[in-house]
Amino acid sequence: MSTIGYESWAVDLADVSAIYPFQGWEVPMTVIGVIFWLAWHRIQFVREGQHLEEARKMGEKDKIDKMLERY
Amino acid sequence: MDGNLDALTTVFTEFYYWVTVVFMFLIHVGFCMYEVGASRARNHMHTLMKNIMIIPLVTVTFFFFGWWIYWAFPNFWFFGGSIDFEAGAANLPWSENMATNLDDRITGVFWAAFLLFSWTAASIVSGSVIERIRSSALWVHAVLIGSVFWIIDAAWGWHYGGWMVQKLGYHDAYASGVIHAIAGGYALGVIMVLGPRIGKFAKDGTPRDIPPHNPWMLTIGIFLIYTGFWGFYAACNVPAISPEAIGGQITGTTWTATNIYLAPTSLSAITFNFLMSLSGGLMAAYVVSKGDAFWTFSGGLAGIITASAGNDLYHPIQAMIIAAIGVVIVYNLHYWVERKFKLDDAVGAVAVHGYAGFVGLVISGFVLWGAPSSPYEGYAAINPIGQFLGAVIMFFVLGFLPGFIVAKLQSAAGVLRIPEEVELQGLDYAEHHAYEDAKEAIIEADKAALAAKS
Repeated sequence: MSTIGYESWAVDLADVSAIYPFQGWEVPMTVIGVIFWLAWHRIQFVREGQHLEEARKMGEKDKIDKMLERY
Repeated sequence: MDGNLDALTTVFTEFYYWVTVVFMFLIHVGFCMYEVGASRARNHMHTLMKNIMIIPLVTVTFFFFGWWIYWAFPNFWFFGGSIDFEAGAANLPWSENMATNLDDRITGVFWAAFLLFSWTAASIVSGSVIERIRSSALWVHAVLIGSVFWIIDAAWGWHYGGWMVQKLGYHDAYASGVIHAIAGGYALGVIMVLGPRIGKFAKDGTPRDIPPHNPWMLTIGIFLIYTGFWGFYAACNVPAISPEAIGGQITGTTWTATNIYLAPTSLSAITFNFLMSLSGGLMAAYVVSKGDAFWTFSGGLAGIITASAGNDLYHPIQAMIIAAIGVVIVYNLHYWVERKFKLDDAVGAVAVHGYAGFVGLVISGFVLWGAPSSPYEGYAAINPIGQFLGAVIMFFVLGFLPGFIVAKLQSAAGVLRIPEEVELQGLDYAEHHAYEDAKEAIIEADKAALAAKS
């Protein structure tokens, strides 16, 4: 058994195309990849919302003035 | 070079490796910028010089004996092997092949490609020990990791005839283990003896963050490392070779690019996988570190390193997911080790290179299970046990142990760590004062010259 479909390289490379593991599982792999990508956006939106909510309560007037002057 | 095709292939191959070497120089530029950016202002010049001098020291030693080790050491005496003096002969410093020679246009560029890997291995160790190691001690480690231990592991596991490839089915196409795991393991061995920087841990053992002095220098540094890493990937391939020249089991007449084991892959495949593993690493690191810029950048690198063992064969989505998994493990392991063992890995090198390389090897054993490790008959297929043993050999046997033992010897001799007073005042203190004195003197001289004229 070989995950790439070849157990040896005793082949004519002219007859070989895909050599990645788990051929035939491209669609499920794409689904997993897309879920990973969308989950990343979801986590980011939630976390940034929480962070900004905390940040808006953190500011001290003197320090903000200094930051504005610092440019 | 007999015919036109032969000549064209030779010149193309020569030029191909030459270009990869130039690209890989950027890795070292990046490491220097990263280290200097991460160090505090009072240590800048020493930090820079510590890394710069890796270049000549590893280069000359790699010429004198490192390259010979690669060709002479692929066999292992456990399996009836011995040092192959015949194969090594053409790679000794007094061989005609190791010089200007119109009959050998490849050895020089191939030697240089390996040499740039050597610099990288040494530079990885250099980053983790900044601001408290003696330069003279680090330079001994640089020679040992750059011209001895990594090249032994390359002979064993990154050579078409290496015993690890033959017996274990070891597969590590873009050096998760042979560069990164070994260098990370070596760095761990050294920092265990060296100890943390003053102030790194509070009295109750809580680790303190020592923020980088110049975050922008760090950022450019790591982007240069990414760029050079691209050249590294290309350098790990043989660009074009015929089945006849390989001389293995491949039939027909179709030429191909191969990995270092002379098994088929393509530059296109590794470009897909480089970018997808970089992306998977960046995305996972951003999430797991809660948007910390430097862990995110390092996570991109750790992602590539995790996927590198199998990036000649993976599907791009596999490369992305493997990179992401690796980064989550590496990030958590780094902080667990830091808290548990009070270790100060100044740039996260043990994690980003060592743990990522180890994890990447183990994962590839499962994902590539049963795939041929070589185009030659009688070699073990890629398998989880072989990859795990390979990871242990790289990280612990050839990395951690030598680093720990040599650092212990240096520590016993009192030549490992700088004195506490110097660590506090800064390594550049003496040079800084010489600079200030020189500045004051030349300003006074200029003023006196101006006064004399008026």
